[in-house]
Amino acid sequence: MDAAAGDVVIGEVYHWLSDPAHWSGPDGITVRLTEHVLLTVLSVLIAVAIGLPLALWLGHRGSGGSVAINVTNIGRAVPIVALLALLSMGVFGSADFGPFGRAGLATLVTLSLFALPPIITNTWVGMREVDRGIIEAARGMGMSEAQVARRVEVPLALPLIVSGVRLAVVQVWATATIAALVAGPGLGRIIKHGYDAQRGAEVVAGALVVAVIALALERFFALVQSWATARASGQAARSVGAAA
Amino acid sequence: MFPLAADNCLTRNDWICGAYYASRAGVLRDALVQHVALVFVSVLLGMLLAIPLALLARRYPRLEGVVVGTTTAIYTIPSLALFSLLVPLTGLGVVTVVVGLGLYSLTILVRACLDGLASVPADVVEAARGMGYSGARLLRSVELPLALPTIMGGLRVATVSAVALTTVGAILDYGGLGTLLIQGKETDFRAQVLITSLLCVAMAVILDLALVAAQRLLTPWTRQQVTS
Repeated sequence: MDAAAGDVVIGEVYHWLSDPAHWSGPDGITVRLTEHVLLTVLSVLIAVAIGLPLALWLGHRGSGGSVAINVTNIGRAVPIVALLALLSMGVFGSADFGPFGRAGLATLVTLSLFALPPIITNTWVGMREVDRGIIEAARGMGMSEAQVARRVEVPLALPLIVSGVRLAVVQVWATATIAALVAGPGLGRIIKHGYDAQRGAEVVAGALVVAVIALALERFFALVQSWATARASGQAARSVGAAA
Repeated sequence: MFPLAADNCLTRNDWICGAYYASRAGVLRDALVQHVALVFVSVLLGMLLAIPLALLARRYPRLEGVVVGTTTAIYTIPSLALFSLLVPLTGLGVVTVVVGLGLYSLTILVRACLDGLASVPADVVEAARGMGYSGARLLRSVELPLALPTIMGGLRVATVSAVALTTVGAILDYGGLGTLLIQGKETDFRAQVLITSLLCVAMAVILDLALVAAQRLLTPWTRQQVTS
């Protein structure tokens, strides 16, 4: 494709996106977008529900460090395409799963697994990086272990915990696109359909929707993270003040 | 002719099937070679661009914000979307896959190079300047060797990620093992999906271990440190 063809594609992309017919119907952008959002939100929630307490507990005790660190390295080495193909051909099957669409259950499980590593690693590291002096001071003031964790460690670890959730959300949003390559639902289906039909405009339009929302998610969580950081430094000052 | 209802691992669609590996060894080998080649070329491309970019960003602080911001933005874009957005520029072929994978490697490697150079102790650089080192010689003999552990860490992450991401290139028919994997999924061929998946993971582990070994050879002074 030469540069001139590229120009044509951009115009076609706008044309494709502004056609209401492409937004409605069972294969429209609206349905795919809903699947994509549902999958991302639920799988990150599942990963937080499992990973957060585990990593908070391990981080508070200071054990399980090699597991907490290596889980990220392992996650990176496993191709999402492979895991999803194996799960949808094996235990979970490719059947429709409510509003989550085709192979919804296999996709949900795969994405939850992919959301776990950043949450576990960041939470664990965040808990370990809390100043030991502050924790000792809190214990010295007679706080129980649960109080130390809840009132001192978690607030101070919050910026890294939020950064883990941010990574998980962005990664899952991105990964959910790839699900369509194999069997799954989501916005990737529009891109895949475009490739199969050799329609460049549809490919680029689908990609554009995914990319714009990915960047928006990233910006949103960056704001949450800076809020958490500001809060943590205030907390640190208070903790040190209380300890002094 | 084979009888139609021949009972073997192929007709039973077993997850593990020796007959398949034996009869399609050539196809599997070709896919493996393509996969390694795609990873190697794209990570190399990322590295060749990352070093000068990191040096420029370090020299011009205003550029650093732009470089870090742009690379973060690229990393946020899903791979399937990135490949697709490149299609109008680079076409429906192998160039798109290599450029896409190269861009992801670049984002990881630029960060690693910047972090590595920033981690060089200022007093070491001062001492080297005092001994008459400057410019390219300072960079080559003092700064790069000291930045190497961090850069190698980035290279490991970039390589392992590239092995997994290459599978997505299947959408453009250049996905190495990923092409076979997705073809296996579409035809519900279990043995093909399992073996290509396992080969991907094995490749990532082997390349990672090779880079750890290379790092130990290149930076013998860090051997006391624990490398994860």
